[in-house]
Amino acid sequence: MFGYYLDLALRSLARNKVLTTLMVVALALGIGATITTLAVLRLLSGDPLPQKSAQLFYPQMDPYPANQPFSRSGKMPWLLSYVDAMNLLRARRAQRQAAVALSQVKVMPQTADGNPFYADGVMTTADFFPMFDAPFQYGAGWSAGDDDARAQVAVIAGFLNDQLFGGADSVGHMIRIEGHDFRIVGVLRPWAPQPRFYALHLGGHSYGKGQGVFVPLQSARADGITPSAMMSYGPGSGMDHLETSPAIWLGVWLELPDAAAVSTYRRFLANYAQQQVALGRFQKSRTAMPALMEWLRGEHVVPDDARLQAGLAFGFLLICVVNTVGLLLAKCLRRSREIGVRRALGASRAAIFVQFMVEAAIVGMVGGVLGLVFAELGLWGIRHQPAQYAGLAHLDLSMFLFTFVVALAASLIAGLLPAWRACAVAPAPQLKAA
Amino acid sequence: MEIRPILASLRKHRIPAMLIVLEIALACAVLCNAVFMIGQRLDDIGWPNAIDEQGISVVSVNGADPKLAASDIPRDLAALRGIAGVTAAAAATSMPLDRNPALSSFTTTPDGKTTVNTSIYFLGSGGEQALGLRLLEGRFFNADEYADSGFKDFNSTGHVMLVTQRDAQRLWPGQDALGKTLYTNGNSWTVVGVIADVLAQDPNFSGPGGRYSSVFFPLHPDGVMGDYVLRSAPQDRARVLREARRALGRLEVGAVVDGATYAGMRGDYFADARSMVWMLLLVCVVMLAVTAFGIVGLTSFWVGQRRRQIGIRRAVGATRSHILQYFQTENFLLGTAGVVLGMVLAFGINLYLMQSYEIARMPWYYLPVSAVAMWVLGQLSVLAPALRASNVPPVVATRSV
Repeated sequence: MFGYYLDLALRSLARNKVLTTLMVVALALGIGATITTLAVLRLLSGDPLPQKSAQLFYPQMDPYPANQPFSRSGKMPWLLSYVDAMNLLRARRAQRQAAVALSQVKVMPQTADGNPFYADGVMTTADFFPMFDAPFQYGAGWSAGDDDARAQVAVIAGFLNDQLFGGADSVGHMIRIEGHDFRIVGVLRPWAPQPRFYALHLGGHSYGKGQGVFVPLQSARADGITPSAMMSYGPGSGMDHLETSPAIWLGVWLELPDAAAVSTYRRFLANYAQQQVALGRFQKSRTAMPALMEWLRGEHVVPDDARLQAGLAFGFLLICVVNTVGLLLAKCLRRSREIGVRRALGASRAAIFVQFMVEAAIVGMVGGVLGLVFAELGLWGIRHQPAQYAGLAHLDLSMFLFTFVVALAASLIAGLLPAWRACAVAPAPQLKAA
Repeated sequence: MEIRPILASLRKHRIPAMLIVLEIALACAVLCNAVFMIGQRLDDIGWPNAIDEQGISVVSVNGADPKLAASDIPRDLAALRGIAGVTAAAAATSMPLDRNPALSSFTTTPDGKTTVNTSIYFLGSGGEQALGLRLLEGRFFNADEYADSGFKDFNSTGHVMLVTQRDAQRLWPGQDALGKTLYTNGNSWTVVGVIADVLAQDPNFSGPGGRYSSVFFPLHPDGVMGDYVLRSAPQDRARVLREARRALGRLEVGAVVDGATYAGMRGDYFADARSMVWMLLLVCVVMLAVTAFGIVGLTSFWVGQRRRQIGIRRAVGATRSHILQYFQTENFLLGTAGVVLGMVLAFGINLYLMQSYEIARMPWYYLPVSAVAMWVLGQLSVLAPALRASNVPPVVATRSV
């Protein structure tokens, strides 16, 4: 039976090529636009560390004076001061903990003809690599002992290793960063969580290629490397004495394995802030400790433009669906007589309904295939845009399949009304008119 | 034109008529908001900036030894001024739109409060000429002030500053800003000049209040100054920039030298906004095309269905233009219904966007303008089917179908 409907539908679609083409192209444009923007939105709002993100937390406290708040709307300060960050780290109350700051660092190639260049650098502590599951190609991260000893060691990203050492195992080699020699202890495989949760508000990019150089925080500070972002909450905060000045410039990340550990840490954090109030360091004892995804959502990492584009594309798809409803309806009303004949010869209402839904589904599937082409074209266009995330725009398997789901759903919804009208056609008047 | 028969006929074809109305309404709502967003982006891209944008090139030197800055900067500047076509050159800490915000909050009393973060710029000697700042009141810095001013804890150790006109009006409404004092963290500076509005380093980060809230301090040669600002005639820019990069590359061994024309920097800053404008435009055009083809398709079907009716009307005396007008009026009525619904929808979408995103209220005139656009679109797309209808010969009436 289905084969017969298919045959009927194809005949009907072939009879009016212009109208069919119009329907398919309009639907495909709507689907193409929707899939393009949804693919981008999915990429931007994705989970950067799916296997770990539920266990990662970002502690916040408020050292700002009461009469000069961090924000008028009552937001918690984005970063921590050195003193508070180090107190949390030294307390070792979480399974793992790391402080992070970003810096643009000058790298001097060791070859004679190399020109110096700037690389995105991360100043952090030993737990950074195991906590974020950073994969190593060669070597490993540094130890907590290296942190305390201010060892001149560094981990570099794979792309920097390719650039400086031609991809060879460079562990043990030296790299000159900001005029100081660091011994390479590890080389990362390509690793760039999207969005880069640990770089938020630290002066780096949230999307795109990852950082090139990772050095121990205290070693880097001893060498005079300064963070990219620094916000002061009191007088006398220069770049020279960041460790003691009233300035926030570090993000701290905690790994807490279960709910019990989380609530214990929340209590610890609240107690810590109250102690600081008692000591007179803080005026406010409020704290916060969002989980990774909660933190990203709260800080609106996904650019508004990407959301607006997705909304716009969806509106466009809606117009295309209404358009398809109209055209399908026109086609089916024109075929009232054919329907009348089929009904008179014994076809049930259900049979007519299915026949027209099959026709709509064919339009949907062809629209889906063409929509996929438009989506690839759209993503190709986005890859050539200036946005940070541009290079990442692509269609993965699930979005590929989702395209057909959208196409089928859109066309079946569009086909519903015409099919219903078609099966409501009374056969007798149609036959009489003939 | 009698509209009652049209209404009667539309009542018989309720569903197709409603579909056209719905399609026009949706298209009108999306069009209103998209055009409004395009307008806002274009506004942003066109923000005025009172420096010589077309004549400036910027060469940045990063990673030079800050201890040698006092001797290196004058040497570098001498070399830069020697390049043919350079009319002024100076060192500076940052440039408007370079995305490197250096912000501080100033108050008009020692213990006042402010909610505006002001962009702070430090200029080396001759910086006013190199940037092409426009003085509105007072004076620029003199040589003593340059020599006396240093940089400590992100503030100037000098005692003078230039403020932008917008900031002067915000801080001292209705008063003369000259000679007034600004404070931050226990330091104070006297305003010696008011200049035309210069943009912040990152206006999107600073927000609407901080966009033109910029102040300038004098600074003697110091390691924090990483930019050399060169001014030349626009046609010399490319060559000047090339020669300047080469000269500084020779002089600043071990540093990273980079350069761009200011026009290029401005283009980079607004690249995202520009690509959004293109994307919105593309969606609007395609959407209007789809709507137009939808109207053409449905009206053609209608005409086909009513050939007999049209033939009868022609046979009993209707002229071609009567038939043409019939379809045009019908489309106008459907368009009007769609546009009314669309304007309500557009207003609703705008309200939603205002709540969820940082989008302003849409000015009322966007609604009638896009309404007119939808009417025109409707009339244009109905023209071809309506003409075909008017060409139906009266003889059709006598034939059985």
